[in-house]
Amino acid sequence: MSRLKRKIAPYLLVLPGGLWLLIFFAVPMIAMLSLSLQEGDIVAGYRFTGHWQNYTDSLSAYQTQLIRSLIYGAVATILLIAIAFPMAYWIAFYGGRRKGTYLFLTLLPFFVSFVLRTLSWQQILADEGPVLSPIRDLGLVGPAFHILGTPVAVIGGLVYNFLPFMVLPIYVALERIDPRVVEAARDLYANPIITFRKVVFPLALPGVFAGVLMTFVPASSDFVNSEVLGSSETTMIGQVIAAQFLDNSDYPTASALSFVLMVVLLIGVFTYARILGTEDVMKVAAR
Amino acid sequence: MTAQTLQRPPAPDADAAARIRPRRRFTGRGLLHAYTWLIIAWLALPILVMIAFGFNDTPGRYNTSWVGFTFKWYAPDQLFLYPDLTDALILSLVIAIVASLVSGALGTGIGYALGRYRFRGAGSFNLLMFAAISSPELIMGASLLSLFVSLGTGVGPVTIAIAHIMFSISFVAVVVRSRVMVLDRSIEEAAADLGASPWTTFWKVTFPIILPAVMSGVLLAFALSIDDFIVTFFTAGTYETFPIWIWGATRVGIPPQVNVMGTLIFAVGVLGAIIANVRSRSGQRTR
Amino acid sequence: MAASHNVDPSLLRGLTQRRFGRRDALRLSGLAGMGAALAACGVQGRGTQAPASAEPDAVAKFWAGKAKNGKVDFANWPLYMDPKRPELAKFTKETGIKVNYQEVIQEMGPWFAKVQPQLTAGQSIGFDLMVITNSFQFSQFRDSGFLAPLDHAKLPNYAKNAGAAYKKEEFDPGNAYSIPWASGMTGIAYDRKKTGRDITSLADLWDPEFKGKVGMFSDVQELGNFGLLALGINPKGSTEDDWKKAADHLKKQKSAGIVRNYYDQSYIDRLGSGDVWLTQAWSGDVFQKNISDNKDFKFVIPKEGGTIWTDNMTIPITAQNPVDAITLMDFFYEVGNASALANYINYVCPVPAAQPQMRTDAGKLTGEDQDAMLAVANSKLVFPTAAEYSKLHYYVSFEATSEQQKFQKTFEPIVLG
Repeated sequence: MSRLKRKIAPYLLVLPGGLWLLIFFAVPMIAMLSLSLQEGDIVAGYRFTGHWQNYTDSLSAYQTQLIRSLIYGAVATILLIAIAFPMAYWIAFYGGRRKGTYLFLTLLPFFVSFVLRTLSWQQILADEGPVLSPIRDLGLVGPAFHILGTPVAVIGGLVYNFLPFMVLPIYVALERIDPRVVEAARDLYANPIITFRKVVFPLALPGVFAGVLMTFVPASSDFVNSEVLGSSETTMIGQVIAAQFLDNSDYPTASALSFVLMVVLLIGVFTYARILGTEDVMKVAAR
Repeated sequence: MTAQTLQRPPAPDADAAARIRPRRRFTGRGLLHAYTWLIIAWLALPILVMIAFGFNDTPGRYNTSWVGFTFKWYAPDQLFLYPDLTDALILSLVIAIVASLVSGALGTGIGYALGRYRFRGAGSFNLLMFAAISSPELIMGASLLSLFVSLGTGVGPVTIAIAHIMFSISFVAVVVRSRVMVLDRSIEEAAADLGASPWTTFWKVTFPIILPAVMSGVLLAFALSIDDFIVTFFTAGTYETFPIWIWGATRVGIPPQVNVMGTLIFAVGVLGAIIANVRSRSGQRTR
Repeated sequence: MAASHNVDPSLLRGLTQRRFGRRDALRLSGLAGMGAALAACGVQGRGTQAPASAEPDAVAKFWAGKAKNGKVDFANWPLYMDPKRPELAKFTKETGIKVNYQEVIQEMGPWFAKVQPQLTAGQSIGFDLMVITNSFQFSQFRDSGFLAPLDHAKLPNYAKNAGAAYKKEEFDPGNAYSIPWASGMTGIAYDRKKTGRDITSLADLWDPEFKGKVGMFSDVQELGNFGLLALGINPKGSTEDDWKKAADHLKKQKSAGIVRNYYDQSYIDRLGSGDVWLTQAWSGDVFQKNISDNKDFKFVIPKEGGTIWTDNMTIPITAQNPVDAITLMDFFYEVGNASALANYINYVCPVPAAQPQMRTDAGKLTGEDQDAMLAVANSKLVFPTAAEYSKLHYYVSFEATSEQQKFQKTFEPIVLG
């Protein structure tokens, strides 16, 4: 009796939340797949006809935006690693008693609404805003120079908004490294650069891996940064999907694009996990 | 070098690390220190701008150029001037509370089961959660809208809450699972030996131990919910949460009230975090 | 982990915990079977298009047995009424009807998408009165049969006070389904200090001298119609070929780097921040922007012509309180109320008699308040003259949804780049 109870206990515990995930996460994906194969228009209604041309049509129409989004996501992720690593490194090894405070300061943006902080950047980076006005007055840039509406502004916004997601996992990984190991390595290699490359960085990799997962996917599917800080030249696939869904009520096109985006991102994530996912890295990560 | 050789007690002592480190690397360290503060300043910049413009004495509907200093937007009759903005803020709070409590309960069930038991299907379940955490928000929102559109149900506060619970469950579960995994079973066994029923054991012994993890899961869910824009954008229908209202207002000019509310939310969040930090520190001291 | 109270590292750890192989992918696809039942579903539409003009007895049919309920739910755009809602308080005082006013409409497309499922299912959308623009979606609403035909016997003030131009609008002949809330002109706004000369023509938007400093609208109707007008083509009766020509003209403007970006209403902020010097613009915004920022931006209707659009009060077919709604609609056509509204909105007022009324009201005020109100009363942007009306065109109108989709597909690539 008690054994039976033990057997069904986990299922009972998992059931309510599991059903919720199944109904509102997995099933909607199916609904979306179905929508992506429908035909019609919003007034007459859409009917399921297995119209796979939605995929080819929308891809040929919006491949530029899709590729651009992946590039922006990748560039932002690489910049994030470059920017976050030294910071996480310093906090983990030299933060001392104030580690908590530094991490807290890293998290500051999260206390302000995502939309609001992005709009704030729009104000700061404006052509006659507090950044550009002085450097233009100094003659450092020409009168036509601008940041808003360029890929620089959009990628900058992505990097800003997702930085904490990169700093924290790298910090967690670095923080687990025993300083004595580093010390021993230094005695052996004696060169701080080699020590870093051979010891610190490999041990931090799981953190970088988690950081990439947490930033690349949301960055390449984002539509707020490009909408607020970009221009028609920086349109990302997220904006196209949102516009097709909400402005044009073109559900089939929007669903087809969503599906393509998800598949591309998932393939990316899985491949990435394959390449970097050596057992050692995973074991360290699992601790 | 395998992962096993690196095993060491958790919670490395950072001060010890600093002590071991030779002083000769002071310059690099100083540079990193300055760099960290530079990044923190960069992170804080848009927040400062937001706060500043809550004190801007703008005479009209737009609040983008600095006119003069005023406290007037903080007066209740000014702060709550836009009934829809106030309603949106209240809706955001209500949904965040509901979503964090429900996802807290459901997520704890999953996290506990996954951490405590080995059962068939646990692997699939982990995968489902991984997929839910790493799926682009855009896709979750769009697919949920597909579902609701396909079913012909409307969208509104209920669907927002459903969506928020959906994406929060996995986060809560992951947090709780990691705490349950390191749980000392012998305490539970001791309770059982003393004649406590499994039910009593759970509530009197296990639950208090995992409570901090449950709490941090709930808080995380609250934070995810109250700031969510992308998923809400798709599932809100004719209703507006705080971020959605701001998004809409960008078209007609964001009134200073938004800056003030943003500032107040920021202040409450920061204060709450500091209090929690201080309390848990003093808790550790007395232990 | 004393250091990191703010983030639970286990969360981050959780993300890196497992490795996923082919088996997992198979499991995930097994999950997919769960939702197969849904695959057969479609999105309900109306099936057939309703006739553009209502059947003769449609009005009687809809209004039969409808009575005043003492409340009305009103959906409008943000900042389209004084936030203290003095007009609504007055309405409640006069009629006893309580108004639940919500600023929930931000764009037409999303709004249509949001209420379409409920309207198709014949359910209430929670609103009895909604203000919608004469864009694509107006015809979508009308053709789907989502709008209640108006009983003009219940609109005496409208009959008496509405300007003649607002009684013969092409998008809703005979005002069968809608009466205007406010109207606006689309022209060019510019910063005289930066352009260095007065802007008079649509050709100025194509002038390489302003490279990177020109703003255009992202709304395809606005963009497309300006493209047509710039080529001297009347939007009314324009053909698919004309659209292609206009799109090519707009593409040239874009590829020459003249256009900084395609904006929604945020263009006005961009004008204020100097990102653009001249831009496609709506009449009411410039007025407000000048007051807010103490600037002197100009607004002009180009000599080739501009467009006029109207935001319209309509009653959704599933309204719970239509009688209360139509009472409120008519209330806004009392001259005093129209004048009060226009004084806040600063867009074109559909009630010409509000102009003398506003001048009279201003006479009772003093100082800055008086100046401000007189400025509105005397503004050609709020009360255009006959000469100005003659330069304004309605958007291209479409016979069928397919035609509208063609128009959309012609101009959309320009905006989405």
